[in-house]
Amino acid sequence: MSKTGTIGDSVFRTILIIFAATILVIVAAMIAMMVQNSIPTIREFGFGFLTGSRWLPASDIYGALPFIYGTIVSSLIALILAVPLSLGIAIFLVEQAPARIARPIAFMVELLAAIPSVVYGLWGIFVLAPFIRVYLGPFLQNYFGFIPLFQGRLTGIGMLTGGIIMALMVTPIVTAVVRDVLEVVPTAQREAALALGATKWETTVIVLGNAASGIAGAVVLGLGRALGETMAVTMVIGNSPQISASLFEPAYTIASVLAANFAEATDKLYMSALIEMGLVLFLVTFIVNALAKLLVLRVAKRQTGH
Amino acid sequence: MKNLKITVLFLLSVALVAAGCSPESTGSGGGPVGLQGAGASFPKPIYEKWMNEYGKIKKDIRIDYQSVGSGAGQKAILSGTADFGASDDPMKDEDLKKADGDLLHIPTVLGAVVLTYNLEGVKEPLKLTPDTIAGIYLGEIKKWNDPKLAADNEGVELPDAEISPVYRADSSGTTAVFTDFLSKTSEDFKEKVGPSKQPNWVQGVGVGAKGNDGVMGQVKNTPNTIGYVEIAFAKENKLPAALVKNKAGNFVEASIANVSAAAQGSAESMPDDMRMKITNAEGDNAYPISSYTYILAFKDQKDAAKGKALVDFLWWALHDGSQYAEKLHYAPLPDAVLKKVEAKIDTIESGGKKLRTGA
Repeated sequence: MSKTGTIGDSVFRTILIIFAATILVIVAAMIAMMVQNSIPTIREFGFGFLTGSRWLPASDIYGALPFIYGTIVSSLIALILAVPLSLGIAIFLVEQAPARIARPIAFMVELLAAIPSVVYGLWGIFVLAPFIRVYLGPFLQNYFGFIPLFQGRLTGIGMLTGGIIMALMVTPIVTAVVRDVLEVVPTAQREAALALGATKWETTVIVLGNAASGIAGAVVLGLGRALGETMAVTMVIGNSPQISASLFEPAYTIASVLAANFAEATDKLYMSALIEMGLVLFLVTFIVNALAKLLVLRVAKRQTGH
Repeated sequence: MKNLKITVLFLLSVALVAAGCSPESTGSGGGPVGLQGAGASFPKPIYEKWMNEYGKIKKDIRIDYQSVGSGAGQKAILSGTADFGASDDPMKDEDLKKADGDLLHIPTVLGAVVLTYNLEGVKEPLKLTPDTIAGIYLGEIKKWNDPKLAADNEGVELPDAEISPVYRADSSGTTAVFTDFLSKTSEDFKEKVGPSKQPNWVQGVGVGAKGNDGVMGQVKNTPNTIGYVEIAFAKENKLPAALVKNKAGNFVEASIANVSAAAQGSAESMPDDMRMKITNAEGDNAYPISSYTYILAFKDQKDAAKGKALVDFLWWALHDGSQYAEKLHYAPLPDAVLKKVEAKIDTIESGGKKLRTGA
């Protein structure tokens, strides 16, 4: 290699390092900014900010609990619905479907992932909310109305609608990751199981067992997406800071309250409260993503390990 | 060395492009003038129309308007990031004190907040009183066939269904006007909710939606809901608007004439700084949930060329521009108010020199 080539390479290398470093700088700058700007509410409310359940901007009282509750519960609803669905789709695609069926379905799943959030929101308002109000809600109230979850007023807008919309948005991601995870499970294992006389079902159970931590990673990744979802949820969740046992009642998520109020939060304490909520959300997503990475790493290590 | 040269060239071109993108200052010379405005979303359609039409006449002036909300508009003019701000809600004294100089409120048009609803089978416009509206938003009137509502709407078949009120989840000038009206007319509402751009709504009552379009979408798609929106949103979407009982005791429609009437009645008592709320106004035909919307500008303009452009634009908008207002569902200022606004615009100066020199 000629000398000029080495100089070129080192310049190239330096540029790449600078590019890579920008990510670190951006993350650090964001955290620093958020911590600095949330000092007023941290001083004013301390830990009570996280446990307070009253959110009254007009009287300068800020408690984030209804938003934390709304974020977690709606994300849980999303996962409860999305995980079995995604697992089913992924198992079908990898273990059962012939390529000519698997390809178009996989393509559709990817297409779902590419639809903008606001379109999901519109669909939620125009299709899902009326469906819940007219069919699903009355059905649940008729047969399961004794459970507090399904009591209360039915407007079609609320926690359940938000959770279902999120489930639809999370499904493509979880499906795609689970499919990849199942595909790296060595074919030899399936062949061995089948050779020992296992049925397709038993083989699948073995494959799933081997892919368990990878699947867990996919679920956590989906959870990360659900936690941060903003636009679609804002449009259907009802945006009311309350903690209600009923899934039909309106709720509020952290991401939604940020989106709805940032532009108009002129008051210093209000702004600080919003930024501190952003910080809470940031930390939760950060932890969730870190966990996902760890799990995926573990599964990859085990596969190459033997 | 060739690779190095290419890299250097590449970096140079990146730097050049970046430099080209940075905001250039519009000089006070004879060149084109750019004005930056930011604020309320409610007057956005008329402001855009004005800027568009004005741009056709004055080719060397470019005005941009960002509808970021009244609060953000106030912030933008205070911090100097915009040449003019816009707000539906007049600024508070304490905020005005933060201004670096004399900040003027220039009313531009009038608007109305209407109550729109989704009631199947109800053809004729619903009649609402301040008391029934407050009752609905306080959660005290729970059903559409409540005797109080029925008494005002004789002959209307009101359903035996729960009322689902919709409010704005974001801070907004629309909410400020709406809650100001209810706080003036209902002690109970004033105490429990109060006038604010983002008040503390009663827990467990109603759902929140973001923006006028969010409220509208909610009402349009959910039976038995009621919500408040800027009149243009209701008209454009062909949603019904309730008749509201005014101070004189008449149920009035939010027509342009009736909104103008709300301003007319109080024109004489308009304070010198123009900050005024005209909810629950006097006058037989006055629509009670009406308001001015303002442009905020400094009396002493730092940049003479920009100041001159702003003053000329405002003058044009209030005179030649008023013809566009009605089509977009805004009411033009009544003559008595316009006279006062003209005098106010005349006071705008730059370095001690009056900027309006007879257009």
